[in-house]
Amino acid sequence: MIRRTMTGIVLHGILLALAGVSLIPFAWLVCATCKGADDFFSYTFLPWDHLDRLTLDNYRQLFAQEPFAVWMVNSIFLASAYTAIVVTLSSLGGFALAKYRFPGRKPLMLVMLATMLVPSQVLLLPNYELMYKFGWLDSYAAILVPSAVSVFGMFLFRQAMLAVPDELLQAGRIDGCSEMRLWWEVALPVVRPMIGAYTLLSFMSAWNSFLWPQVILQDPAKYTLPIGLANMIGLPQYQSAYGILMAGTLLSILPVVLLFFVLQRDFVAGLASGAVKG
Amino acid sequence: MKRAVQYPTAEAQIGTRANKSAHATLWSLQARFAPYLFVAPFVILFCVFMLYPLGRSIVMSLYRTYGPRTSQFIGLSHYRFFLTDFLLWIAVANTILYTLAIVSLQVPLSLGLALLLNSPRVRLRNLFRFAFFAPYLVGNVFVAVIFMLLLAQRHGLIPRAMGLFNSDWLETSWLGDPVNARIAIILASLWLSVGWGMVFFLAALQGVDRELYEAAEVDGAGRWSRFWHVTLPGIKPVTTFLVVTGTIGAFQLFELPYILFMQHGSAAGPRWAGLTIVMYLYQQGFDAGDLGAACALGWFLVIMILAVALAQIRLFGAGREE
Repeated sequence: MIRRTMTGIVLHGILLALAGVSLIPFAWLVCATCKGADDFFSYTFLPWDHLDRLTLDNYRQLFAQEPFAVWMVNSIFLASAYTAIVVTLSSLGGFALAKYRFPGRKPLMLVMLATMLVPSQVLLLPNYELMYKFGWLDSYAAILVPSAVSVFGMFLFRQAMLAVPDELLQAGRIDGCSEMRLWWEVALPVVRPMIGAYTLLSFMSAWNSFLWPQVILQDPAKYTLPIGLANMIGLPQYQSAYGILMAGTLLSILPVVLLFFVLQRDFVAGLASGAVKG
Repeated sequence: MKRAVQYPTAEAQIGTRANKSAHATLWSLQARFAPYLFVAPFVILFCVFMLYPLGRSIVMSLYRTYGPRTSQFIGLSHYRFFLTDFLLWIAVANTILYTLAIVSLQVPLSLGLALLLNSPRVRLRNLFRFAFFAPYLVGNVFVAVIFMLLLAQRHGLIPRAMGLFNSDWLETSWLGDPVNARIAIILASLWLSVGWGMVFFLAALQGVDRELYEAAEVDGAGRWSRFWHVTLPGIKPVTTFLVVTGTIGAFQLFELPYILFMQHGSAAGPRWAGLTIVMYLYQQGFDAGDLGAACALGWFLVIMILAVALAQIRLFGAGREE
């Protein structure tokens, strides 16, 4: 009995220490955004003896000196639009692969597998040239259109939709449902957790996407948060303005964390249902 | 027409029947072509933004290009140049080092965390799971910014924490020293990705058949042998998935070093510590403006990824396609 309690305590001790490694950088980040420059250099976390010196100046300067609010709106718009498009199109594709036997299905899936092995960087310059020819440089079309379907997403949805019973689809057909309505009203509700999981994953990948937007976007008014923040880091006036950079970083990661809390339940269930059997 | 006037009722009947059969044909058409319609977006985008650019990339790599307008055919000169290019081999060595270090540390650490959390004695499991997964939500770019600040000489959290043990360590230059810089990249990458792998392993562990454990226990298998013979085979698909995707991801390492060393002069870091293949490609294409050279570098990356991924899939025994 005593031995069991001891192992329990040790186990939780280890877990707490590891959780510390994982979370302390966040705590440090939050503290640093609320300190003035002097306190940043002299206190590791908060100036406990001078709590009255805590300030929101870093945030104020961030919004005053850079179009940070604009970048935030751009990021939210682009990531939401991308997520809506890619979840719709990938789930449609996954539905076709899971629930239809049609000539060309096998080769199509092989092609899809092959594309996962091709690094997008080899396509970086030809696609850049293509965007130049389309007149899409510095436009959001260049960011939304080429990646509107995700092979990974199609595979995830295919895996999840294998569980949709064929009898249900057949019954829908007899009732006069079009194939498109079967996808919307029969298949999608069954894979709801996967929609949640994939919404989170695709929102994150759009939110954090860097190389392609960095190449495409030139007008600072069109920047997304990663591009804007990276540009700030490169500027000499931010060489040691740690507080401002950290305020920007913190505000940039908050939306994703919020979305995670909303979708957490679906995310875990979705991964368990689809990707694990992958 | 005349007959239509003479027999209006019959004509109307024929009309609706024809209508009905047209409708039925249309209906069966939508059923027949629905799957093609559903995969059409992928097929179209694949052709325009992947197949064509792949071919175009080969062609471009045979030219010396200065911006999108002027170019000159030079055959295989880019490839010949890069084969003996000192910087490319540094980039290849760095990329392989990072990939090996990141994947070989991340997968066991993720599994270890998942095993700890999966113990039935753990309280507040969801809270711990969130704590470990949280860094993954941050994403590459912002992790790089956070680590740039965490590692800042004298002021960052990590030098300060180390300074508690030895005051010399407070002055350690993490991002200015070629060895430390490499450790920094690996640390940042692990902080980001260990929780991600853990979530997958945790889901897989909970999917392993309970009866197999009971059967093994009845057969007198110890804890270690149960892990080796029941757990590991049970989570093999997830392990394969994490190793293969982790390798492909690590081969494309770019954002982390690009931002980490931004304030230290060049993006490539001290003595090219942060020069990965993708970084080199980016520099050739967008800093030096030679699109052809960048395309040639892209093909070096393709060959490396294909070779390693196929070897891994074979090693782990694929063929579980359905």
